[in-house]
Amino acid sequence: MTVESLFPRLEPLLPRVSKPIQYVGGELNAQVKAWDGAGGRPMVRWCLHYPDAYEVGLPNQGVQILYELLNETPDVLAERAYAVWPDLERLMREHGVPLFTVDAHRPVRAFDVLGVSFATELGYTNFLTTLDLAGIPLDSADRGDDDPLVLAGGHAAFNPEPVADFLDAAVLGDGEQAVLAITEVVRGWKDEGRPGGRDEALLRLAASGAVYVPRFYDVDYLPDGRIRRVLPNRAGVPYRVVKHTVMDLDAWPYPKRPLVPLAETVHERYSVEIFRGCTRGCRFCQAGMITRPVRERSVTAIGEMVATGVESSGFSEVGLLSLSSADHSEIGLIAKGLADRYEGTNTALSLPSTRVDAFNVELAGELSRNGRRSGLTFAPEGGSERIRKVINKMVTEEDLIRTVTTAYSAGWRQVKLYFMCGLPTETDEDVLAIAGLAKEVIRAGRRVTGRSDIRCTVSIGGFVPKPHTPFQWAGQLDALTTDARLALLREAIGRDRAIGFRYHDGQPGVVEGLLSRGDRRVGAVIRRVWADGGRFDGWSEHFSYSRWADACEQAFTGTPLSLDWYTTRERVLSEVLPWDHLDSGLDKDWLWQDWQDSLTGGEVEDCRWQPCYDCGVCPGMGTEIQVGPTGRTLLPLSPT
Amino acid sequence: MSRMPPGPPPPPAVQRLRIRFAKRGRLRFTSHRDFQRAFERALRRAAVPMAYSAGFSPHPKISYVGAAPTGTASEAEYLEMAVTERLDPAAVRADLDAALPTGLDLLEIVEALGGSLPERIEASLWELRLPGVPTATLAGAVSRFLAATDITVERRLKDGRRQLDARAPVLHAGVIEDRNCAILRMVVRHVTPAVRPDDVLVGLRQVANLTPPVPPLVTRLAQGLLADGDPATDQLADPLAFDRGCPSERAPAADGTLVASDGASVEDAVGVSAATHG
Repeated sequence: MTVESLFPRLEPLLPRVSKPIQYVGGELNAQVKAWDGAGGRPMVRWCLHYPDAYEVGLPNQGVQILYELLNETPDVLAERAYAVWPDLERLMREHGVPLFTVDAHRPVRAFDVLGVSFATELGYTNFLTTLDLAGIPLDSADRGDDDPLVLAGGHAAFNPEPVADFLDAAVLGDGEQAVLAITEVVRGWKDEGRPGGRDEALLRLAASGAVYVPRFYDVDYLPDGRIRRVLPNRAGVPYRVVKHTVMDLDAWPYPKRPLVPLAETVHERYSVEIFRGCTRGCRFCQAGMITRPVRERSVTAIGEMVATGVESSGFSEVGLLSLSSADHSEIGLIAKGLADRYEGTNTALSLPSTRVDAFNVELAGELSRNGRRSGLTFAPEGGSERIRKVINKMVTEEDLIRTVTTAYSAGWRQVKLYFMCGLPTETDEDVLAIAGLAKEVIRAGRRVTGRSDIRCTVSIGGFVPKPHTPFQWAGQLDALTTDARLALLREAIGRDRAIGFRYHDGQPGVVEGLLSRGDRRVGAVIRRVWADGGRFDGWSEHFSYSRWADACEQAFTGTPLSLDWYTTRERVLSEVLPWDHLDSGLDKDWLWQDWQDSLTGGEVEDCRWQPCYDCGVCPGMGTEIQVGPTGRTLLPLSPT
Repeated sequence: MSRMPPGPPPPPAVQRLRIRFAKRGRLRFTSHRDFQRAFERALRRAAVPMAYSAGFSPHPKISYVGAAPTGTASEAEYLEMAVTERLDPAAVRADLDAALPTGLDLLEIVEALGGSLPERIEASLWELRLPGVPTATLAGAVSRFLAATDITVERRLKDGRRQLDARAPVLHAGVIEDRNCAILRMVVRHVTPAVRPDDVLVGLRQVANLTPPVPPLVTRLAQGLLADGDPATDQLADPLAFDRGCPSERAPAADGTLVASDGASVEDAVGVSAATHG
């Protein structure tokens, strides 16, 4: 079989769209493999899709890691596709050009597997555009043997129920080993001549434990709208599907050769994950909960990855990524080692850490030795001490003031503070406390520096309760109250020119809430919104709240369900949650106890340094935290 | 109050290099900013000892001369850059070309021997391939275009619409017969605001209702100074000739020829020629 490039048909359309470079591929380190393998085994072909614009999707680490890993594997090829903007979508429909990969411009429908990475739920409408433009039926049930297996991954896949109708399967957790396992199941099935069609392929995948296949589970509902139970409807399918956990990050040093785009993208840097997981126990943080346990990459592995990554890309910035990078047990050594190595080479080092303590400032200083000290970001998340206890963010006002004064005296001129609005038990006073905090930050900063040009920016967004967190039972604050509270805060901050104020409206958060904690019945809403023209919901210029509200009205008429039912309603312990059959390793009783503790101000220490607090992940999944120090030091590499 | 970073100032530039490069195939869709980023990364990958500006956000010292618009290919883009060590241009050429993505291709690199590169560039030779347009139709349209004295076209810019005269900067235009499609070659003087091939196409539509069925493929073949006293030629003086040490050379077209591909000269093929304006 040969598959022709769609580029000759796409090319005449490109002069008519904005930023055509995003559709042509040709990135440094991109790969185009032959469609047919050389060996006797059948090829397994993956199309990896990020359902957002190229400029956002290209730098995504998950896609880059799997792309490189799959292409390294014999008799496997992987290409990439991103969401196309409405201008090109319109032209493609007009000219009958189906969705293409950017690597070889092969039609997406020709691949065996379409793997979609959902970093956020707001990509669901774009996902439907992708299926439709590719010529793949929207509903899993309508697909035939010529259609790819449509798989979801990424953090949103921990509750894929709202898109269950449109998915064939979902992968929970780390993708590295999972994609290889899936590849071998698909290869075996192809090699045998595809017995039993796609149903059999999915059954084999489900039985292997690699994926969750929604169609093999029936959901029953109670008359009040809640779920009665979720049960497998096939023999050999597990009752609960367990997440994947890669246990030795040093053995998976990807990306080695990062993709370097020609188009401008949101992150122009070589990123290396210095550890996975987080054990700080912030109760709002889904990423911190579902990626446990903590697994560190060693200082030497990080040093090698940075060296080859920078050399093969030409990037002038290195990002040391993780959920809380200053927490790496050898971060001081890593920071100093890299700063020494790249001194005088115009290579910038960045550490996205928002920890509120002096050590974080010290690290930032080390990484910006000769650069401009413009801004530092800290995330107290809650304005009052009381609300910070509720979310288990154990930072006192004294800690914050001490940290920012350290930053200002070390030469930083601007401090950004991140907060959330709409946290459980929150009152107006908790949010108004942010204004007092910001003013105190400026006062303290002026005192220690004797300067008046220092600034503090308050950045605040609405809290969205997420599955697999202690707040999964919480009622979300409605958009009106959120906006009213933000307006009060703005007023309290007043006209002080030293304090900046950035906020997000409540409405997009409510839709995110619907999609985050929704069940299969939310699929009808997504479908309506998409049919009504909904695209790029993560972009304020494309997002339409009324489109979502109207679609909910229509889809839920005559049922006990509503947008509020999914978002502002607090759940009780006995309620079956849509994702209860998906196992993130966290013990549900522990999550509930933590939710109850949050209401009474109980704190949880970090299990990285303190004894185990019994969240259930390690014993349940046979994993353990992996932290240093390793005692090794960074290679004294001389940069080229 | 201006603050300077701690530490010694960046090493000074000791040599300037001038580069001609091409933007080809699907990479013609790179914008100028896209090219800048790709080129700076290629310099890092090729370990070229770039000279940097001083200050908190140092930038490599590179000056670009009038970039071809996004979507148009080019065989003649120019830039000048400063380095902190004396280099053999031939050695840099191989490393740098290997570090650039295919489609952004380094054609020539020479040491700058003096003078100003931008002052050696005043016009461009463009080639527009128009698939699906009969040669005679194009030739007729070009005649009417050249016969006009002023063709006002409108271009949409970020900050509204702008009117400009597409006729005056077109110093020469001729049509070439080709088996597959009609080809227009024209010399356009660099003016402010720039008149681009797109503006000329709009002009051709206005004066002769020329509407190509698919977007034309546009390539800049050469840039340079206009040949003295001969307006009826599409030859431009090579801006790197002086640095190469042979100041009298002409800039060849991309395929090394200045005549139509079927052997007829530009004027013979269609019998039109432009009068120099201004």
